[in-house]
Amino acid sequence: MGTIKQYWELFLVFFKIGAFTFGGGYAMIPLIRNEVVNKKRWIQDDEFIDMLAIAQSMPGPIALNTALFVGNKRRGFKGSLFSAAGVILPSFIVILLIAMVFTQFKDNEVVERIFKGIRPAVVALIVAPLLSLGKSAGVRWKNLWIPVAVALAVWQLNVSPMYIVLAAILLGISHFIYLRTKINK
Amino acid sequence: MELLDLYPALFVAFFKIGLFGFGGGYAMLPLIQHEIVDTHQWMSVSDFTDIVAISQTTPGPIAFNSATYIGYSAVTEMGFASGYGVIGSAICTFAVSLPSLILMTLVTAFFFRLKNNPWLQSALSILKPAIIGLIASAALILITPYNFIDYKSWIIFGVVLAASIKKVDPILLIFLSGVMGLVLY
Repeated sequence: MGTIKQYWELFLVFFKIGAFTFGGGYAMIPLIRNEVVNKKRWIQDDEFIDMLAIAQSMPGPIALNTALFVGNKRRGFKGSLFSAAGVILPSFIVILLIAMVFTQFKDNEVVERIFKGIRPAVVALIVAPLLSLGKSAGVRWKNLWIPVAVALAVWQLNVSPMYIVLAAILLGISHFIYLRTKINK
Repeated sequence: MELLDLYPALFVAFFKIGLFGFGGGYAMLPLIQHEIVDTHQWMSVSDFTDIVAISQTTPGPIAFNSATYIGYSAVTEMGFASGYGVIGSAICTFAVSLPSLILMTLVTAFFFRLKNNPWLQSALSILKPAIIGLIASAALILITPYNFIDYKSWIIFGVVLAASIKKVDPILLIFLSGVMGLVLY
């Protein structure tokens, strides 16, 4: 009966992570590390760092990818279902309650005034980490044109980010093939 | 629109968001915006901004939060009962998680071969700076006359931007900007 307890434990640990990390993504990483590496010792720290690099290079929320990886490492595919359910459920419940209440109050005059103040703040919160994120993503003067071109294409030309992602992946791979054939010659 | 058309449309939209949403968090915003606001017109830009604000103050990744919220509101705004809205939330949340589940299951199986893989690294070489452009476009798209009504909006933007760069807690900043909205408008 030990295994049922292990599935349940996976669910609970990731439920806790899902419930107490605000802002998502990068804010969740230290908490996940503390739970999974330091407290539970499910995986080693160097493996966690390697896994993080891969979770970040895959599509989808980083917290979900991390939960899926840890769950899978611990109890296989079924384990990953439990850890994923755990990390998803808290925000699902909270947002569902908010959606039910907020859709009734959003035309309220006081609520509207509050949100008039919040909307520009939302934009500021998106802009604020750009510089430090850009540095860690390897943006330098030489390749600054890439983010600038992407931002303009999506903002002004209404290009779907889906095509941007596909084009960036194809360009990156063809550049690699080009460099490799040049070396071989 | 019938539920039998709406549910599959929601599923496909959020599956795409999960599949092409590289970089997590804010980097997924322009993709969500493109699918939800532009393509399907399930909500307006200002409603979308409000969801981002709610996501920034509630636990969990933005992709889950918007999936849950949009799943509920798209269904109920078309006049269906709230029970059908809950099903809409569940469909969107499942759809946005499914690509991660498939990819991370494969990745865990091939983990050691993918680590330091030159093909993956080359695919990411242009994608990483492109993701910074996607985040910038998320901010640019949200600079609309609805979100920035007058000079007071820009004052709030400036104050929150400066405070956020100085690492003031985003939840506190959203709360304070809501208070500023109440006082100023």
